[in-house]
Amino acid sequence: MSLTTNRQPPGAGRPQTLAEKILSRKAGRPVFPGELVVVEVDHAMTIDSIVPTVIARLEYLGKDPFDPRRVSLVFDHVAPPANVNVANAQKQGREWARRTGVNFFEVGRGVCHQVLVEEGIAKPGMLIVGSDSHSTTYGALAAFGTGMGATDIALAIATGKTWLKVPESVKVVMRGRPRPGVFAKDAALEMVGRLGADGATYMAVEIHLEDGAEEAFGLSERMTLANLTMEAGAKAGLVVPSGEILERYPVPEWLYPDPNARYAKTLEIDLTELTPRLSVPFYVDNVHPAAAFAGTEVDFVFIGTCTNGRIEDLRAAAEVLKGKRIADGVRMLVVPASSEVLKQAMEEGVLQTLIEAGATIGTPGCGPCMGRHMGVAADGERVVSTANRNFRGRMGSASAEVYLASPRTAALAALTGRIPGEEENP
Amino acid sequence: MTARVWKFDDDINTDDILPGKYAPFMVGEDRFHTFAFAHLRPEFAREVKPGDLLVFGKNAGLGSSREYAPEALKKLGIRATIAKSYARIFFRNLVNLGIVPFVSEEVVDALADGDEVLLDLEAGRLYRGNEVFTLTPPPAFLLEALKAGSMLEYVKRHGRFPAE
Repeated sequence: MSLTTNRQPPGAGRPQTLAEKILSRKAGRPVFPGELVVVEVDHAMTIDSIVPTVIARLEYLGKDPFDPRRVSLVFDHVAPPANVNVANAQKQGREWARRTGVNFFEVGRGVCHQVLVEEGIAKPGMLIVGSDSHSTTYGALAAFGTGMGATDIALAIATGKTWLKVPESVKVVMRGRPRPGVFAKDAALEMVGRLGADGATYMAVEIHLEDGAEEAFGLSERMTLANLTMEAGAKAGLVVPSGEILERYPVPEWLYPDPNARYAKTLEIDLTELTPRLSVPFYVDNVHPAAAFAGTEVDFVFIGTCTNGRIEDLRAAAEVLKGKRIADGVRMLVVPASSEVLKQAMEEGVLQTLIEAGATIGTPGCGPCMGRHMGVAADGERVVSTANRNFRGRMGSASAEVYLASPRTAALAALTGRIPGEEENP
Repeated sequence: MTARVWKFDDDINTDDILPGKYAPFMVGEDRFHTFAFAHLRPEFAREVKPGDLLVFGKNAGLGSSREYAPEALKKLGIRATIAKSYARIFFRNLVNLGIVPFVSEEVVDALADGDEVLLDLEAGRLYRGNEVFTLTPPPAFLLEALKAGSMLEYVKRHGRFPAE
């Protein structure tokens, strides 16, 4: 790879993975797996549900943000507020943002990760910490994004730094172009299923797209892949820059893994052979061919979230539902990942198609993903969702079942009231 | 004083520990901890006593980064956990809150739900009747933070992270 030759690499001659490259740049010296580093963070992100605790920790430390330009607050987890407690928490966050001057994104702007990408805050090569586990999403553009709890985020906001153990990496190679009807979500679920829910714990997942996959999977699809690495326990999920990423971003020439970098393990996924996947309750890594559950009756279909609430996802659902009506007795909720996605879906007629098919549109944000509002599931109900978790009780009732799938599979389930079989969803 | 062992399976996620709908900003700071394990073991929050010991299988605390899951445990008086392994964010959150996260396959396998034990946190020793189990302390960097009370306390006191 010409980009990695003729220069002094961050590894000082020793081959490095993408995660090791980024953390070496941040540490100002070559670092390798197992080393503990205290490094500057490029951006710290927090959200409505966590910001009251972040503020409390900052008050306890007696600190204001180290650099407010490197901090964002996004209201997405219960937006608009579902009760007075949440409204008060958001009011407190809003006032803190105004006083400190951090970047602030109101109710309706969208899901935190989508917003930070759309706003151009997340950039290739950055280290971004967020008080949401799916902060791995920034890996779509080769930023080291990692989720942390409220105290870690408060410490990062106060000091501009965080501590990390340099992770080993798992190499995931996805080859070829998926067949029509097969999407990045299917590839991501296949990856989680094969790695297992702790298959990448403490590790970075480094995704290599090859033999056509680099063109088939643009920014949106890479966000889906990087997002789901979290469900294998990953500290970060980095997609090697190629395709659309090179068109959209200036990618530093050091931001590539070295050819002989060391990986803890390697997983190969042939996208040309892949069929629609389904993650079956109550574990995300319980992944099967969707057709294996063909005919299973469905009460509620949810399309949205940081995993699959982008324009490409809404288009895939609209394509299935164009000129048709969803099945009697099925509810369908579409929550665009951001106000930009909502606007674009309106301009393209995607919203009209979905509404005419019988879908309800929600305020951009996380929606009912974590079972708090805007359409929680009742006892014993079965949900097909495009989100990233299907844990017991995740979307409301402890006896509700959540099946995770691509937007196309979810839209087909809404259309017929059943999980689609191989003929409809090959 | 003896403590009761509350033993849980592998892959207990933070939605199990505190379902999202019972987050403090949903139900209030004063009562969110009363919903700990609400779906999985509804009796837990009522019956747990300060100093009781939580024991998990592998990949403890996977899922959401919600610090209020371990914070609910802290409010209920939990000071230590033992697991075969932890998901990374949950592990960090425990240290940040000052709950000591021990790792031991052997001790987890040896303990049963409802066991009465005595935990010497400082010495890393666990007693059950005449049996003694040794627990390896967390790595030095984290131990320094835990000795200060938590990572938050350490940074408040020193204005920097350990090893910085």
